[in-house]
Amino acid sequence: MQIELNGQPRELPEGTSVAELIADLPHRGVAVAVDGVVVPRSRHDQERLTDGARVEVVTAVQGG
Amino acid sequence: MAEATLQAERLDDPLVVAGRELGSRLVMGTGGAPSLEVLERALVASGTELTTVALRRVDPGARGTVLEVLDRLGIAVLPNTAGCFTAAEAVLTAQLGREALGTDWVKLEVIADEVTLLPDPVETLEAAERLVADGFVVLPYTNDDPVLARRLEDAGCAAVMPLGAPIGSGLGIRNPHNIEMIVERATVPVVLDAGIGTASEAALAMELGCDAVLLASAVTRAHDPVRMATAMRHAVQAGRLAAGAGRIPVRRYAEASSAMEGRID
Repeated sequence: MQIELNGQPRELPEGTSVAELIADLPHRGVAVAVDGVVVPRSRHDQERLTDGARVEVVTAVQGG
Repeated sequence: MAEATLQAERLDDPLVVAGRELGSRLVMGTGGAPSLEVLERALVASGTELTTVALRRVDPGARGTVLEVLDRLGIAVLPNTAGCFTAAEAVLTAQLGREALGTDWVKLEVIADEVTLLPDPVETLEAAERLVADGFVVLPYTNDDPVLARRLEDAGCAAVMPLGAPIGSGLGIRNPHNIEMIVERATVPVVLDAGIGTASEAALAMELGCDAVLLASAVTRAHDPVRMATAMRHAVQAGRLAAGAGRIPVRRYAEASSAMEGRID
């Protein structure tokens, strides 16, 4: 299946979870939204991505 | 710490926002610093206890993060919604910030366009209402408009943060009269946010009765950020003390401070 991750197309195996998608990222300071809705950390394991999902993964950066 | 600074701090109450005490009345932004190392030294010099960050898409190649700096210094983090143009974007960004950083505090910022970066009053008020209903402690960046400040307070915001001038402009406080009117009517803390260019302007904000000053560029883009951060720390303290001390009335002509009696012939 194909999703959009931070504005870029990305091929993933069917049924990939949010937790699997961000497994390589640090745990502190990262948040995920799927199709405009925040997915709380407690749901990252069970939340499965579907074809065409728009995923945003953000973190804190320098800013005013 | 110098004895004079210790005395100055004893003469002042802590800033209290939404029931939380902050020992410093200088809130710092982290944007614009040439490096994380310079930012860290400037934050220490400023004495700030609350510091804003923005939320952006993860860059997997990034080395060292602003969060590591803030964690190391024990400075509380205040996520902002910088770069949002609509209430919907700001609400989602605030919710992402809460999830990412484990705080329900948010600096609400909804701008109207990229040239002025002025707050969009309609979208800001709508976002504030939705975020308050969602349990956030909302600190909105707003125009220097006493009516809008009142509406934001009525919506349940924990502070109001009027601009002195556009973000990053360094134009200082363009409408001191409006800032005074906001201060007079507000029952929540007033934080002068944006426009400060140098220390005297931060002191003026406090003399006008503001409870705190929020600034970033004035320090981070100064030629010597650490020196300017130190200046801002002193300026905010000096302005606060002066506001509480009660200035002398302004007179048209001189009034001698030395007695006229007893002069020699």
